[in-house]
Formats: sequence, C-alpha cells, structure tokens
Amino acid sequence: MLEVRGLEASYGESQVLFGMDFSIGAGEVVTLLGRNGMGKTTTIRALMGILRPDRGRIMFDGLGIYGLPSHKVAQAGIGLVPEGRQIFPNLSVRENLIATARPRADGAGENWNFDKVMDLFPALAPRLESAGNQLSGGEQQMLAVGRALMTNPKLLVLDEATEGLAPLVRQEIWACLAGLKAAKQSILVIDKNVAALTRIADRHHIVEKGRVVWNGTSDELRADKALQERYLGV
Amino acid sequence: MSLFTPLRNPANMFTALVLVIFALTPFVAPLIGESFYITVFARIMIWAIAAVSLNLIIGYGGLISFGHAVYLGIGGYTVGILAFHGVESAWIQWPLAIGISGLVALIFGAISLRTRGVYFIMITLALAQMIFFLAVSAERYGSDDGLNILARSDFGVSFFSLQDKMTMYYTIFAVLVASVLVSWRLVNSRFGVVLRAAKSNDARVESIGVATYRYRLTAFVIAGMMCGIAGLLQANLEGFISPDMMNWPRSGELIFMVVLGGMSTLFGPVTGAFVFLMLSELLAGWTHHWHIIFGPFLVLVVLFARGGIAGLLSRGVRRG
Repeated sequence: MLEVRGLEASYGESQVLFGMDFSIGAGEVVTLLGRNGMGKTTTIRALMGILRPDRGRIMFDGLGIYGLPSHKVAQAGIGLVPEGRQIFPNLSVRENLIATARPRADGAGENWNFDKVMDLFPALAPRLESAGNQLSGGEQQMLAVGRALMTNPKLLVLDEATEGLAPLVRQEIWACLAGLKAAKQSILVIDKNVAALTRIADRHHIVEKGRVVWNGTSDELRADKALQERYLGV
Repeated sequence: MSLFTPLRNPANMFTALVLVIFALTPFVAPLIGESFYITVFARIMIWAIAAVSLNLIIGYGGLISFGHAVYLGIGGYTVGILAFHGVESAWIQWPLAIGISGLVALIFGAISLRTRGVYFIMITLALAQMIFFLAVSAERYGSDDGLNILARSDFGVSFFSLQDKMTMYYTIFAVLVASVLVSWRLVNSRFGVVLRAAKSNDARVESIGVATYRYRLTAFVIAGMMCGIAGLLQANLEGFISPDMMNWPRSGELIFMVVLGGMSTLFGPVTGAFVFLMLSELLAGWTHHWHIIFGPFLVLVVLFARGGIAGLLSRGVRRG
C-alpha cells in the first residue's frame, strides 16, 4: 500500500534522512521506532509533503506521491494525527471534526462519519461545543484521531500516539488502535512505548540517524533484548 | 444554535440596541428636531456593511487586507460612471457594481493570497492604490474633484424610489441586516469552519487534505462584493463619488472599525462602525483638534481592550 524507497530530506543545510526504506501492506500496523532526533517525525513530514524531500520515491496505492503538496497527499488517502495533536483551538470539537471531513477517496468500503467517531470516543460527546483548547490532552488526542478518521484515510499515520498522556488515557488510545486494526485499518505509528506497540503492531522499523537499521516482526523485536537496549534504551 | 442564542451575550445585546436605534431613527429624529441624524446614521450603516464584509476576511480568515475600501470605490464609481452616461436603471447599475467588485476581488485575491503576513498587507494596499490613482487620473469623471450623481438608481417602479429619503434609509438598513445574516450563515457553514481553521493554522488544514487557497479566495470575493454593495449605496446616498472614498486611509478606518468592535464576532463590526463614527462626529463637534483625543483613544483600545468592545462587554459580565 505504501512503499518508501531511499527517502532523503534536510532542514536547510543539515541532512536528516539518509535513505529511509520501509513499506506498509494493506491492513497492516507498522511502527517507526528510535530515539529522539533520529528522523522519525521528519520521515512523516517528508511523506506528507509538509517538508519537501530531497530525493527518493514514495508510492501510495500505485500513485507516486513524492513531492506532492500536503493537501494532495492527504487527499490520496493518508490521514495524519500530528505530533502534539494540533487540533484547531478556535473551533469547537464538532467543528474540528467536520471541517476537513470527506468520504473515502476510492468510494469503496464503509465511511467514517460523525456518529461513528462518537461511538468510538464517547468521552467527546459531552464536550462537543467546547473550544478545542479547553480539552484535556487525552481528549485532544481522541479528537485528533477522530478528525483524521473523518477524512476516511486508507492509511492512518500517528506521530507520537500517546506522548504526554496519562497511563489510563494511553490504554484507551491503544485499545482504540487495536480496534481499528481489527477493522482492517492500515496504520503507521510512532511511539516510545515498545511493549504496547509489540502487542498491536505487525512489523517494526528501527530508525537510527535517518536510516532504517532493523526491521522485523513483533516477536523478533520482543525476543531481542540486546537490540532494544542498543537502539531504544535511554 | 439559533440566531437568537447570541443575544444572551451582552456585546450582542449592545448591537441589538444599536440596530434598534438604526431602525427607529427616522421616526424619533424629527420628533427631537435632529433630522440630520437620519443622514448620519445612514452613513454609519453603510460603513457598517463594509466593516461586516471586511470582518469576513480579517476576523474569520485572518487575512489583513489593507485595501478593502477599494471596493467601496468600485461600487461607487460603477454607479457614478453609468449615471454619467445616462444609465440610471438600478437593474443595470447594481448587478454591474456587484459583479465588477467581485471580479476585481477575484483578480486581486488570486494575486495577493499567494503571500502571507506583511506582504499580504502591502500587496492589498498597492493593488487598491492602483485603482485609486486610476480614478484620480480619470479626468472625464472628475479626477480628484469627484463626480456628482444627479439621480439615484432607478428601480423603474413607482412604489420603490430611492429618491424618497425613507426608502433610501430603510434600503440601507435592510442591506445591513442582510449582510450580517449572510456572514452568520457563512461563518457557521462548513465553508466558514474551514476558513476559521485555516486562520489558526494553514499548514495543519492542508495536511488533513483541504487546499485552503480556494476557500480564502472565495471569502475574499464574497467580502469584495459585499463591500461593493456598500459602495453603491454610498454613491446613491451622497449623490457624489470621488477617489477619496477608496483612498488608503479609508481602508485603515475600516480595519479599525472591525478591531474596535471586536474581530471575528458577528456584530462587532456594526458596533465598531457605530462607535468609531459617532465618536469622531461628537469629538469633531466639540473641538477642532479632535484627532488629538481620538488617536490616543484608538491606541488605548488596541492595547487594553483585546477583542474590542465585544470582548470588553463579555468580560465585564463574566466577572460580574
């Protein structure tokens, strides 16, 4: 579904990505792991067209999306839940959800709509008319996921899915992602919580200095303590 | 949300009061021997329409256009030039005035909306001044001295004539109410929600898959057309047009009315136009050097009354 090959990107003079390679199959949940500053978020930004990549190839559902402006990438069917949630502070919860909503790009399958998002996150229901900036971090993250789902993406991308959230709220987000996976939603997720990710994800990529240095299944990752220590330990 | 929920807010109650004053003035003013206020209020309402239109792009779109008065000029000059050539039918004048305003807004918006921040301010100012100088150089239409319009737009029916003072006044009043209604509907539609989202963060909206340029351009054109209507009303009311009606200080005053009343509030611009023009009227009657008082007052409002009059009134209630 998504295939990234030799992706390079820089901020000004300093190169951050040195040839990222990874792929995601339909219905798969795939992660990017690694310490801070290794290029995970930059990969997402280059993928989404928020940052103009220098070199590489990105195919999404048979469509070359390398270098496209970000609204085209999103319209192709990638729904982003950005780092720090980034909801619209001056819009109400309801408005946040409907502002950018649209049906599936290919017209196939079942569509997400307002009611389904409310079923997924009942906690948002009493806050519908609150301004986005009056929500708790967990509510904001649910709203950001809901907003992305309302665009009916073929691929959902979460950058730092549970960063800065309380443990109980994290559990809720993981449960939600597990539910989405069961519904055959393809997901690319970045997070620090390896234990939770190995329970949900199919495959993992460890990113070190702008490259994928290891990839494998959850079982392989869980078994290799040395690997975790070397690339993910703090 | 019903149209009347906003009335619970004291700022909106203040505007409702202003609207009631507008509605009753033609009856009350002659009784207290101040018929002259009918014209003053008619003028204020026209500015309020222009301010409401500017609020669409400044308040809800976050686009600081510093050339909005140009559409007053285009609306006014369309009526004036047509009348000069003997075309007095409102059925020709008005659609043309609105259409040309929209067309100019489309061209100016298409150019200026590719820029942001201070560049946007400068480019809207420059484009507007271009039209201003075009009017200044149009000797046939009076250049600097302007042009008298001998007859108001003619609707060709006996029961509705703008020559009648009351009809003129209530036509302006109706357009003002309509423009507030239109902006209320727009702002709460999905279109308006995207516009407001893009104001808070453009890149974020794009990364969720909505190209914001088209939304902004549409808002820019709607605002231009609405302001064009204010311009054609002004030409009709005053019976006179001159380049000064679209000179850059007018654009600045419009911005100020919006800020003073409360940006991105539905009625803010109406209140802002009312307070701005009434205050300058009163101060000017009191002393010749009224700018010395008015200037610092405006500075103080910007510094200490964030959210303008609307913000001030809402805060007062929350505390009380």
